[in-house]
Amino acid sequence: MSEYKKLAWQGLWKNNPGLVQLLGLCPLLAVTSTLTNAIGLGVATMLVLIASNTTVSLIRKWVAKEIRIPVFVMVIASFVTCIQLLMNAYTYGLYQNLGIFIPLIVTNCIIIGRAEAFAARNEVKPAAFDGLMMGLGFGLVLALVGAIRELLGNGSLFYGVELLLGDWSSFLYVQLVNFDEHFLVAILPPGAFLVMGFIIALKNIIDSKVNTKQPDEASNMESTPQS
Amino acid sequence: MSSKRYSMTKNAGMLALFAFGCTLLVVIVNYFTAPRIEVQVAKQLLRSTNEVLSPELAGNDYQQRCYQETNQQFLGSDKAQTIRLISVDGQVQAFVYQTTAPDGYSGAIRLLVGVNEDGSVSGVRVVQHNETPGLGDKVETRKSDWIYQFDQQKLLEEKDPRWAVKKDGGQFDAFTGATITPRAVVKAVKNVLIYHSNNQQILHQSAVDC
Repeated sequence: MSEYKKLAWQGLWKNNPGLVQLLGLCPLLAVTSTLTNAIGLGVATMLVLIASNTTVSLIRKWVAKEIRIPVFVMVIASFVTCIQLLMNAYTYGLYQNLGIFIPLIVTNCIIIGRAEAFAARNEVKPAAFDGLMMGLGFGLVLALVGAIRELLGNGSLFYGVELLLGDWSSFLYVQLVNFDEHFLVAILPPGAFLVMGFIIALKNIIDSKVNTKQPDEASNMESTPQS
Repeated sequence: MSSKRYSMTKNAGMLALFAFGCTLLVVIVNYFTAPRIEVQVAKQLLRSTNEVLSPELAGNDYQQRCYQETNQQFLGSDKAQTIRLISVDGQVQAFVYQTTAPDGYSGAIRLLVGVNEDGSVSGVRVVQHNETPGLGDKVETRKSDWIYQFDQQKLLEEKDPRWAVKKDGGQFDAFTGATITPRAVVKAVKNVLIYHSNNQQILHQSAVDC
């Protein structure tokens, strides 16, 4: 398996930041009450990850070991601030919906984790690619949890999508089911834990099925060291 | 010893350099986005103001004057709230109150209340709230039509019994499973109307351009 394929596999499935590393649970559980919010935060996190991984990899040779953490934190914090300003300017409605969770991207362990565990030890291209794949993996989990919760709680998908993509996209919004009484718990925080738990369980079932079928291939994919 | 000192100086310089670089990046982005953010905030304010004004007024060009008022009893907050006087051709046509219902189910509910010259409500919108999704959040227009009940309503006297939710003997519907939120909103709007009838004179005299 080529290096890039391996990175993609790691980020999207094997070492998925949301499902396996369980990093960044706070935003994952808090903003996924609708699919639109989930995608919005997923994209923001991914952009920060790509930018921070690239920068960290570029500067890794000049920054002494002792000061690398403060430097990484500064880099990440300034990228998050830039993303926040850009979202405030161009997707104002979504910015208001996501609220405190955009600045909180700074404290998302995925980002400093990838900077420290991968980007600080690798060339720029793989580092950026790793950021893309880890971000995508996280974003897909966000979107999945968001879609399930919105569907159960509201019976709709893509509610408020025009806040993210502009007015043209409002055709994406579909009301699939009309409940008389909404399944409220899905939208409340406990619902996030429940949905998340079921998704992780499902992933583990698939993994163990695959493992028993093809034990050789599965054991060949060794994992990278994690922080 | 000197090599240690050298590396410390070097590291400190490096940190300072990165701090400078990062700050520069943020400054540049801020410089280019600031005007656009200002436009967005103004647009948002205009949109919500237009929503609480009567339709005839909302489409028009109007002038505004502002009055800052801190009144915990009637405007629900210990912070200054803005009251805007909407006028056409120098004639005041309506008032837009920023107010707060401090006793929502999960904290304060911030409202915008439009009041016509004759003292009737021209519209109410929730600006910000933390009510339970699916229950208390029906005060939002995108969730239900509930808040339109206030349109054209008048407060006849300070103890007007109609200004309460039906459960308390008034005329306003409450939501199934959530009475506290509607109760808080009704009370906040009622308080605005009381304030409005008592303070018109001051508003007309002391509002300034904004």
